Amino acid sequence: MSEQTREYPVGESPELPAPNHQPGAVKWVMENLFSSIPNGIVTILGLAFLYMVIPPFIQWAFIDSVVLGAESRQECNAINPDGACWAFIYRRWDQFVYGFYPADERWRVNISFILVAIIVAIALVERLRAIKGIIWVALALVVACIILIVGFFGLERVPTNKFGGFMLTLIIGLTGIFASLPIGIVLALSRLSTLPIFSIFATIFIEFIRGVPLITLLFIASTLLSYFLPPGTNFDLLVRVLIMVTLFSAAYLAEVIRGGLAAIPRGQYEAADALGLSYWKSMRLVILPQALKISIPGIVSSFIGLFKDTTLVLIIGLLDPLGIGQAAIADVKWIALSNELYVFIAIFFFIFCFSMSRYSLYLERKLHTGH
Amino acid sequence: MSEEKNAIEIKKMHKWYGDFHVLRDIDLTVKKGEIIVVCGPSGSGKSTLIRCINRLEEHQQGDIIVDGIELTNDVKKIDEVRREVGMCFQHFNLFPHLTILENCTLAPIWVRGTPKVEAEEIAMNFLEKVKIPEQAAKYPGQLSGGQQQRVAIARSLCMMPRIMLFDEPTSALDPEMIKEVLDVMTDLAKDGMTMIVVTHEMGFAKQVADRVIFMDVGQIIEENTPHEFFDNPQNERTKLFLSQILH
Repeated sequence: MSEQTREYPVGESPELPAPNHQPGAVKWVMENLFSSIPNGIVTILGLAFLYMVIPPFIQWAFIDSVVLGAESRQECNAINPDGACWAFIYRRWDQFVYGFYPADERWRVNISFILVAIIVAIALVERLRAIKGIIWVALALVVACIILIVGFFGLERVPTNKFGGFMLTLIIGLTGIFASLPIGIVLALSRLSTLPIFSIFATIFIEFIRGVPLITLLFIASTLLSYFLPPGTNFDLLVRVLIMVTLFSAAYLAEVIRGGLAAIPRGQYEAADALGLSYWKSMRLVILPQALKISIPGIVSSFIGLFKDTTLVLIIGLLDPLGIGQAAIADVKWIALSNELYVFIAIFFFIFCFSMSRYSLYLERKLHTGH
Repeated sequence: MSEEKNAIEIKKMHKWYGDFHVLRDIDLTVKKGEIIVVCGPSGSGKSTLIRCINRLEEHQQGDIIVDGIELTNDVKKIDEVRREVGMCFQHFNLFPHLTILENCTLAPIWVRGTPKVEAEEIAMNFLEKVKIPEQAAKYPGQLSGGQQQRVAIARSLCMMPRIMLFDEPTSALDPEMIKEVLDVMTDLAKDGMTMIVVTHEMGFAKQVADRVIFMDVGQIIEENTPHEFFDNPQNERTKLFLSQILH
């Protein structure tokens, strides 16, 4: 009987093409959206919800909105009372971007931004050969700070309390990200060190920083710290904030990286030892490249968190976009335009955070070596 | 001068894991160019013994002298010994993030300071010797187990070691891949390398070894030429072990 049912002689079954798995659109809809009655109900409810939300938003944000030709909220209302008053953002654009940086000097911000953007882009695309990339970006950031602050060649010296807006967000965010990665790596290695001094110090540091809200640390930076420092030291507030944000992020990163290190099989350490690599060389060449690769999703989510947390600086009086925005909607001319403000800021943050998340996926794919 | 001929000398060596006495009173001298096969039931301490030779494990009593260098806590001496002693592991332990060629050139470049071009030339030579030069640009994850183990051997050889340690090199391999690895090891033995091999491949022991060592509960129970060891075992435990593995 088995001979009758055999399609091909033993050992001569030919290679056949896989069955075609490309159903038409209707079939796809039936299989994925209406495969059962409950599924169909959920699909319809979902569509109804989207219909209720999206067209009105588009109507508000695009069709009825006012961008040009209005100098105040009243003029916006006069043109179209139902739409978004983007004229508010348009008129205040410079402040959102540069804060209170002197208008004539804003080209310095632009140059710094372009410089940092180019270096970061090179570092990211050329592949994050961690150490080299970080050194280059750090250099770029230092040069950018010099351009921004120091008055050279007859340029005006700009104090950091004039910094604000997206420029401030990017300064805090980028510095935090690139400074906390090496510190986080060192903390993670110290915590795993067999020398008790290192592991105890790292553990205390990490647990303390993680156990305290960032906002508290920022308050310490802005007020308490001046009590501890010798009287008369004038330590720039922005620098203090940068240090706190960096340490905060480093503590979280250290734990993420420690997780990555724990996932590396012991055999990797042993193979590196057996080849005669010293501790630092085996870390740098063998262990960290693998541990950091595993930790990419966690590291990037830490970075995204850090980037969004930069908005907390408004509480200690630094004017990030939220701070600028809140001041702006207190202005009689643009009073209470909070919808426009928050939608605008949300879009800004979304663009940056979403890019980071896509970059992390790209990096994971790029570093995948089939193991 | 007679001491010069000894590659490894182990004298009255003891090791404990916590309170557990894993290696007891080990005495072993390996001459240059000698091939030693270590066998014994699992948990008998054979892997631990060879891991003490390159200080992946620390011994607590007795002396280990490798190539004239005594192993102590001195990191410099440990590094010196590790440069001269290559090791192959049961699970290959290739570096998955590096290509086959990079795996082979990493240590020569970073430990010996060999220029990259030269290191790559040496690596290609050894990859040819283990018969997989065509895989040089691939990553370990793309190779079969047998190929990975051969790369691991080539990686060790690139450091030009005087002694090679093998820790159950074929135990994790599919049966049809064992032979290709054993062939490479046999070639290496013919070239005069000093080798200590922990293995259950008794065919290899009979054919290649100068001496076979049988270990049980942390001690060397019997030590003999392969011929005597297999045909005329002295100790009861050796007889029992051989009857169990030689079906």
